[in-house]
Amino acid sequence: MVLIDWEEETSTATKSLTFVLNDPPYESARSTTALRLIDAAIRRGYDVNVFAYEGAVSLACAQQMPHANPIHGRDVESEDHPNPKNWIAALQLLARQCSVRLDWLNCGQCSDERGVGEAITGVRRGSPADLWAFVRSSVNTLVIPTR
Amino acid sequence: MSKRILQILTTGYRGTLEEQDDQVLWLVHMLHNNGADTDVLLRGTATNYVVRTQDASGLVFGDCVQSQPPDIANEVRALTRKGVRVFVVLEELKKRGILRSETVEDITCVAAAELPALLRSYDQVWQW
Repeated sequence: MVLIDWEEETSTATKSLTFVLNDPPYESARSTTALRLIDAAIRRGYDVNVFAYEGAVSLACAQQMPHANPIHGRDVESEDHPNPKNWIAALQLLARQCSVRLDWLNCGQCSDERGVGEAITGVRRGSPADLWAFVRSSVNTLVIPTR
Repeated sequence: MSKRILQILTTGYRGTLEEQDDQVLWLVHMLHNNGADTDVLLRGTATNYVVRTQDASGLVFGDCVQSQPPDIANEVRALTRKGVRVFVVLEELKKRGILRSETVEDITCVAAAELPALLRSYDQVWQW
């Protein structure tokens, strides 16, 4: 495992976007849509900040496990069940390849109350104060709320 | 004692990309496989589940490609082949411009006015 030191990350982006995510994984299409928007922003050269709030802290939970699917008749390998933590890791890699920064921050209190404090490498814990810092440094902020 | 259950699914595509199927249809498959007598009524955005040509492939994040995208129409088809009746409301098909020729073969279309009688014919109705 490689720990990412965000302070030392080299970024050529001159603009940052902040996304506030609210939905837990596996419950709606909104989380997937958010990740697609983040993918697009990274590919267009934006630094991206993510503040994962409430259920969204589970998106990067390190303990997610793929499973087999008896209805599909596939074992765990062939089912290739996606875990959002892997999608986030792919976006982290994409950001490095594009020389931009993806700073994913989980609300610490939200993580604690759900018992999902163990996130994948590169995901930080924070608070609404960090969100405010994100917002102040970004050209815009998109909230993708739970409905 | 046998219980006939109608599952009403109103919200379509809820987490289907992550799950690679629909959570409720999956549960209906499992319940049926375990002996339950249960059918499905698709309403609202779930009406689109019967469209044969839907294609959810192509999801990519960075270099992570989804290899087994959901195949919802096939999930519906598989239910009907097991003997599970899948109902859709005619008015909801029309509202979305879905032609009968575009749907999975063995679904059952009902008019909105027929819904009260349909619901009364089940011992339990589960609204998802």
